[in-house]
Amino acid sequence: MQLDDLYREVIVDHYNRPRNFGRPEKWDIMVEGKNPVCGDEIVIYLTVKDDVVSECRFEGKGCTISIASASVMTESLIGKSLGEIRLVLSDFNRLLRGEVCQRCEQYSDAIAFQGVTKFPVRVKCALLAWKTLEGAIPDSGTHQA
Amino acid sequence: MALDPRQIKADFPIFAAQVRNGRELVYLDNGATTQKPRVVIDAERDFYSSEYGTVHRGIYHLSAMATGLYEAARETVADFVNARLTKEIIFTRGATDSINLVARTFGDRFIGKGDEIILSEFEHHSNMVPWLMLQERTGARLVYVRSTPDWRLDMTDLRSKLSSRTKLVAITGMSNVLGTINDIDMICQLAHEHSARVLVDGAQLVPHFGFDVRATDCDFLAFSSHKMLGPTGVGVLYLKEEIGAAVPPYLGGGDMIEYVRYDGFTTNELPYKFEAGTPNIAGVIAFAKAIEYLQGLGIENIIAHEREVTEYALDRLLSLEGIEIYGPKTPDKRGALFSFNYKDIHSHDVASILDFANIAVRAGHHCAQPLMQRLGVNSTARASFYVYNQKEEIDILRESLKQCERFLKHAVG
Ligand SMILES: Cc1ncc(COP(=O)(O)O)c(C=O)c1O
Repeated sequence: MQLDDLYREVIVDHYNRPRNFGRPEKWDIMVEGKNPVCGDEIVIYLTVKDDVVSECRFEGKGCTISIASASVMTESLIGKSLGEIRLVLSDFNRLLRGEVCQRCEQYSDAIAFQGVTKFPVRVKCALLAWKTLEGAIPDSGTHQA
Repeated sequence: MALDPRQIKADFPIFAAQVRNGRELVYLDNGATTQKPRVVIDAERDFYSSEYGTVHRGIYHLSAMATGLYEAARETVADFVNARLTKEIIFTRGATDSINLVARTFGDRFIGKGDEIILSEFEHHSNMVPWLMLQERTGARLVYVRSTPDWRLDMTDLRSKLSSRTKLVAITGMSNVLGTINDIDMICQLAHEHSARVLVDGAQLVPHFGFDVRATDCDFLAFSSHKMLGPTGVGVLYLKEEIGAAVPPYLGGGDMIEYVRYDGFTTNELPYKFEAGTPNIAGVIAFAKAIEYLQGLGIENIIAHEREVTEYALDRLLSLEGIEIYGPKTPDKRGALFSFNYKDIHSHDVASILDFANIAVRAGHHCAQPLMQRLGVNSTARASFYVYNQKEEIDILRESLKQCERFLKHAVG
């Protein structure tokens, strides 16, 4: 086990330069999430046109892993239909459970989070944004691809 | 006599068991819980292996022996905090349970609508939420004493807030976030002038400084075994006999009753009145061993060690560029517990990177969310020391913190 498995270069880069960061002027869906253990908080904004996510932004405070993961999530959701979002969410959950997920290669830099599974206490950090969004998109958690 | 942490470490099996990548364990989460010496571990094992039975019930030999050990542990605790009477010591599940007991018994009986409970701004959730719950039940009001700019209790503000409406001052002996030690003697004196009672949350203070309930004249003292080398699931509530006798019981069940009819019951005498159900017998017996171990080291020596570590840590950590320490910056009236943030690195990242160097620190809000807001942060890292920590470990912490930065900076490139 290496600390580099956790702090992969792409992850640190997403943390230092989070993509789609900041509140947009308009949005269709807004969800807030908190990790009560550490006090991290995140807000996600989705704009949906014709059932497709045209914009996904976030703001919040958190550790390297939770912010980077949110950044990656926004990138991987833009352009997806709501149905596809459920698939992405369940794929990422599987990845963080240590399962093989080929599709995850296609979701921005999601695959970089594979190493987080070696640090079980940090899995929660990596899932904060995703679990938060799950709350706004019903039955995504149970979706089996 | 000065403590020898190296020698003390040898009494704790965990340090030999947790060498990782050739690095010894630097355990700095003593504010959350402490490691256990062999005598404590052995005490539980020996009790279960050769002496186990229930307490206060059986007529047979084993039960009589267990009862003897259990009650001897109560005497050890009474002696440790200098209680006037052994029956003023109630065994609970922990400090949290002890405080809830007071809220549910003394609180429900004596604190009503419009009455006030005074707290500091830096209480652990365990000494806030039970009072917030009481507020919901009874309409009592919580009043918070301000802190001074260097994070000590503002005694002038306390004086101005005490009044005939004050029924209780519920205050921490030592903050689990700031390390601040409150002047309990003075607080008790001021509160008693207004006929208010004082509950001391001793969870952090008692393990590091001991406590004398008679010298301070506090009315309630709550603390936990697991933060002072003892097992989890055991705590203590000291309460003055006169109060114990005047309030209703807490939980109902076996042991707390004197006599039960189909239509009513009478309560047992102190301390059993507050000890419903079969207690954590083995835990209590092992806890007494932990106290004896601490007494063997000598409370005065523990205090001197704490002071030495505090001075050194303040010196070494405050001189580290980019560190922010939350709490008093001088060693007087302060424990060896330091909440901090380093550069703009999130406390979780700090804790993960330190963990890689086999250094255990806490990261998060430390069960003090309102205080985090006051401090203007979401979370902090926290390093808290105890009898087995050496000054050298502060240097290791300092050097490893610098690595954190280098690591995350490097990864950007
Ligand atoms: C100041 C303070 N009070 C109360 C508690 C609660 O102790 P326990 O969890 O053992 O009940 C703690 C422990 O974190 C504490 O630090």
